[in-house]
Amino acid sequence: MADVTVLPVSIEPKPVGEPVLEVEGLCISYFTRAGEIPAVVDFNLTVHAGEAVGLVGESGCGKSTVAMAVMQYMGSNGRIVGGTIKFKGRDLSTLSTEELRQLRGSEIAMVYQEPMAALNPSMTIGRQLMEVPLYHEANCTEQQAYDRSLEMLQAVRIPDPERLMTAYPHQISGGQQQRVVIAMALLTKPALLLLDEPTTALDVTVEAGIVELIAELGERFGTAMIYISHNLGLILETCDRVCVMYSGEVAEEGAVRDIFNHPRHPYTHGLFGCIPTPNRDKNTHPLTPIPGQLPLPHQRPEGCNFGPRCDFFEASHCGRGTIRMDEITGNTGHRARCAKWRQIDWATHDPAGQTYNAMEPGEVVLKVDRMQKYYPVQDRSLAAILSGRSVRYVKANEELSFEARRRETVAIVGESGCGKSTFAKVLMGLETATDGALVFEDAEIGDTEVQKRTKKQLSSLQMVFQNPNDTLNPSMTIGQQIGRVIKKFGVETDRDRIDERVLRLLDLVKLPRDFAIRRPRQLSGGQKQRIGIARAFAGNPSMVVADEPVSALDVSVSAAVTGLLMDIQRAFNTTLLFISHDLSVVRYLSDRVVVMYLGQIMEQGTVEEVFEPPYHPYTEALLSAVPIADPNVKKKRIILEGQLPSVMNPPKGCPFATRCQHRIGDICDELPPPKQEIHPGHHIACHIPSERLAEFDPVIQIAAE
Amino acid sequence: MADIDAAGAEIVLPKRPNPVVGVLKSFLLVRESKVAMVGTAILVFWVLIAVLAPVIAPYPPTQQVSEMRNAAPGTPVPAGTALISFTEQGVAEIPIEGTYWLGGDRLGRDVLSRMIWGAQSVLIYAPLATFFAYMVGITMGLLAGYKRGWVDDVLSRLGDVILSFPILVLYVVIITTFGASGITIVLAVTFASGPGIMRIVRGLVLDLRNRDYVAAAQTRGESSLYIMFVEILPNARGPLIVDACLRLGYTTITIGVLGFLGLGLPPPDPNWGNMIAENREAVLTAPHSTVFPCLAISSLVLALNLLADGLREISLKD
Repeated sequence: MADVTVLPVSIEPKPVGEPVLEVEGLCISYFTRAGEIPAVVDFNLTVHAGEAVGLVGESGCGKSTVAMAVMQYMGSNGRIVGGTIKFKGRDLSTLSTEELRQLRGSEIAMVYQEPMAALNPSMTIGRQLMEVPLYHEANCTEQQAYDRSLEMLQAVRIPDPERLMTAYPHQISGGQQQRVVIAMALLTKPALLLLDEPTTALDVTVEAGIVELIAELGERFGTAMIYISHNLGLILETCDRVCVMYSGEVAEEGAVRDIFNHPRHPYTHGLFGCIPTPNRDKNTHPLTPIPGQLPLPHQRPEGCNFGPRCDFFEASHCGRGTIRMDEITGNTGHRARCAKWRQIDWATHDPAGQTYNAMEPGEVVLKVDRMQKYYPVQDRSLAAILSGRSVRYVKANEELSFEARRRETVAIVGESGCGKSTFAKVLMGLETATDGALVFEDAEIGDTEVQKRTKKQLSSLQMVFQNPNDTLNPSMTIGQQIGRVIKKFGVETDRDRIDERVLRLLDLVKLPRDFAIRRPRQLSGGQKQRIGIARAFAGNPSMVVADEPVSALDVSVSAAVTGLLMDIQRAFNTTLLFISHDLSVVRYLSDRVVVMYLGQIMEQGTVEEVFEPPYHPYTEALLSAVPIADPNVKKKRIILEGQLPSVMNPPKGCPFATRCQHRIGDICDELPPPKQEIHPGHHIACHIPSERLAEFDPVIQIAAE
Repeated sequence: MADIDAAGAEIVLPKRPNPVVGVLKSFLLVRESKVAMVGTAILVFWVLIAVLAPVIAPYPPTQQVSEMRNAAPGTPVPAGTALISFTEQGVAEIPIEGTYWLGGDRLGRDVLSRMIWGAQSVLIYAPLATFFAYMVGITMGLLAGYKRGWVDDVLSRLGDVILSFPILVLYVVIITTFGASGITIVLAVTFASGPGIMRIVRGLVLDLRNRDYVAAAQTRGESSLYIMFVEILPNARGPLIVDACLRLGYTTITIGVLGFLGLGLPPPDPNWGNMIAENREAVLTAPHSTVFPCLAISSLVLALNLLADGLREISLKD
């Protein structure tokens, strides 16, 4: 390929060593019953020692396939049909199985998404780590292996590594497991490390620690890295260069700064339009989802793959032949696969256009007052029964108090285990509250189970669920499922009228009407989530609880679904309770925010109040942990130490005291923090006086461009 | 409040899909697996034999010809043999002709005819017994898995007690108590395999009850009955259909065993188990009278196992 050879090696953003990996014109296909399906087409990449290259793209774009090809591990039906992969100058396709086996794990290592699945649950951490040098190096003694393993655990900053060497994987937290996996990958000092979504399964504050570790690795060990992720913010924090993939091809590649500041390919541009960065706002500067859908691998269009979704598509330029990678600026390796990049003037292009008026919140719809939810846990040990303490309580929710008004979006933010989903269950009536009041539309519903609620209460409080693959019943058609809700809530009774309303609901969520007779497996994740929204709105609810509705979706799909949810909210004056762990999305779409930690509210207030100092130290840490895909944002780095305490045995004083970066002394451990009112409606539960909290530097600062 | 009916263009209702067509279409899935096709072919063969028994069986299943006792396969009926029947008009002689293609049994009955008629009883009682076992097992499994708590404890312990009983003793007890008949066979099989089915269903339900669509049904106030049978059960059908095919095979064997032990349908019913039992003493001198019914049982069980394997294979493809 002509355009590969012109890649200038010498003028990379930072001084680099020898090329470790050279991929040229790589084409990979899967062979299925339906015939040959090209998964990756004409992929070129050079990675140098000490350099981190990000592969970013939506699901199905072929990024993991590339990683598997580099490992020469394609599965039974995948095959490399063209191009070469050279590792340190050797063509990998010429190596024997035995040579490859020696290479994998010692020269090329890989870190996977799910750390628990990568570790053997029946072996101690120490044994698993020591196995690596013992297997790969002929004259390595047990003692040497032990010493090196210990050293590596220290290098990935695991506290108390001696103890950890004797622990089993299930005894340590997910973040530590992932650190162990990374340590294991680094033990043989590999020249190339592949990281496939290494933090996707982790909480944000834990992710921040891993990301910082990965960013250091290249400098400390000179390891070349390929970092695969769907999250552009993570790529910005970890990588030097980035390849944006779309539908099996590289759409654009270049130095991180070039791509993030001056994206040239319309797809890259579109991706940035879908990310809720701090300068976005749901009313004045809403997200701009990319229209259309990712083409299926065997239905790719003629010419440019992105053509059908592109605003600048011109059949004469883009609609035929092969679109080649084109050099944008000769000296930094910034290249894009776009036939029209010279003609597009991004400075004047403004796809946003539409703005909305902010909505005035109305009367109080939901009032939560000192609500508690405890789960009894039976301890059947003899000691517990003798001491009369056989029942202990998990305090999933401890004294929650907040309000939600009509037309308002209230977000509940927190990491896994903070009790946000428990609250949703109590609200929906799947559990009952232990104590306190939960008043919805002037009726107490905290201790009313779902079976005992009136039809009106049921229909006016509905939920959108998290997992698109789980939210719809796979054995019923879409029409049956939405129709059932309409019938159940008595909105319509006549069969034809129900069908008619199903179609109108499909119009509402912008899906074709013939979806009514389809089954969930024929739909994509985003489409399923739209049906979930249609189902929730079928009974004209006054309040909808959305439990992480977009966290399982791709960026561009998620932007569209978020937009849809807010459009419907505006049209129906619905109150939205948005449960999420993602502060970027929360900042973008909510009016008020409730920050939870270990079942308690740490801070609540309007979005502006919560995202600006004074804030609770936990809010500060959360804000700092969220990766932001904008190079102009300056962020203060706060890495939390320690682990989330167990809800069975929470700290006596402030729940956050064990990890707090601003801990002021024993008072934090011993006394529950007072609720300080900063403004009316803005509360912070902290021992630190509000004047001191106000003096914190803001975590996020947007530099002028 | 804005209503969605306010907006939108002319509504054209799409045609409702015919549910019967959908079910028929899913039967065609069998074509995707060769193994399942072979199984289906053998199964269809036996079903046709059972349905057409009155037409294709050359002789009545209980007709005895003393000259044909333990006759080798392919022996022709001797000329001049006649069935003497007493009617109001007097004694009539109906001549018997032809050949015993699979030989005669110890009472001189045609093995081929008895096998053909025997297919009827096995293809009635095995599915019937399996069906009832499933009705009971599914209901118990759904209740135990969905309700959890004390319901689960009681049902599961009950199942454990039944399963811990030696199964043959269980059959003997039930059938000697109620007498040998088709209904007691169904009852015995239901009682013995119900708990096993319950365990499978319970396991599937424990997984499915945590799905979001179940939570969605709960939050719109659906009854437990609706959630169990409409939301959960259809999604457990894949493994259950495979298991039902296997279990149908076991039940076929069970009915054979019961017949062999003299606990099945009372003689002279021509079922395969009875045939083997009646002729076992002559197994060395006239093996054909036991071997062919054995082959019949094996082929039917094999067919059902192949079908189950094939269906599992098909379900893994998607």
